[in-house]
Amino acid sequence: MKENNPSAKNVTLEYPVKGMDFLAAGEASSNIKHTLQLIGFSPEIIRRAAIAAYEAEMNIVIHANEGVLRTVIKPDKIELVAEDTGPGIPDIDLAMKEGYSTAPDHIREMGFGAGMGLPNIKNCADEFIIDSTPGKGTKLRVVIYNQ
Amino acid sequence: MSLNELITLLEAEIHCGQDKMDSEISHVCAGDLMSDILMFSQPHALLLTGLVNIQVVRTAEMLDIAAVVFIRGKKPSEEMLELARRKGIPLLTTNKTMYLSCGLLYEAGLKDIPLPAVKTELK
Repeated sequence: MKENNPSAKNVTLEYPVKGMDFLAAGEASSNIKHTLQLIGFSPEIIRRAAIAAYEAEMNIVIHANEGVLRTVIKPDKIELVAEDTGPGIPDIDLAMKEGYSTAPDHIREMGFGAGMGLPNIKNCADEFIIDSTPGKGTKLRVVIYNQ
Repeated sequence: MSLNELITLLEAEIHCGQDKMDSEISHVCAGDLMSDILMFSQPHALLLTGLVNIQVVRTAEMLDIAAVVFIRGKKPSEEMLELARRKGIPLLTTNKTMYLSCGLLYEAGLKDIPLPAVKTELK
């Protein structure tokens, strides 16, 4: 984890995320949330960022071997980038549909894989870009404006 | 309704967060799919669930949930309790079913959480 001085203008946080590590899953998002609270963003902005970060982190844990969750916090916006070396998404439009999921049964039994992750991230975001190459991985970039 | 009143209503047992029993709740979300629960973004709501794993506590943390109630006598694990204590989230258990628990809370005047309108204009 890299963390620079929170009193500086921009704060960059970077966390490695391991696939299938369900005990640690959420730890990165929890740290991001805590940092946003320390900086003093409004609870509403923090909740949107925390939900987006957590959904993105869970996507890496569920679908990828490994990935990274990076956050750049500026006074006017919060940028989240989730990048993984997973299987990629062959049809992004389909993956964006509420209820569509490729998660296996054991993931659903854990309460995930309802096919709401990406739509929910988009719902929390002001900017939302997803790039994916099947067999290579997925990069998700989300921006939440501080307003 | 305070958490103390909720405990009486649901005959619930407290596992952790004893110091938070004066907290007021006005909204409830219920379900076993955390991906569905994460669509609700009402702070200080109650989460009612039959799912028992660490991601329930994580979900509660991200959503600023006031307390989690496990139904049908389900008990949180030690690692869930440890995380919940660290994050200051009370965990409770009721022996009642999901249907009855929801019915009692609804009857007592607790509200549903409206879902956010789904954004379509972004890409």
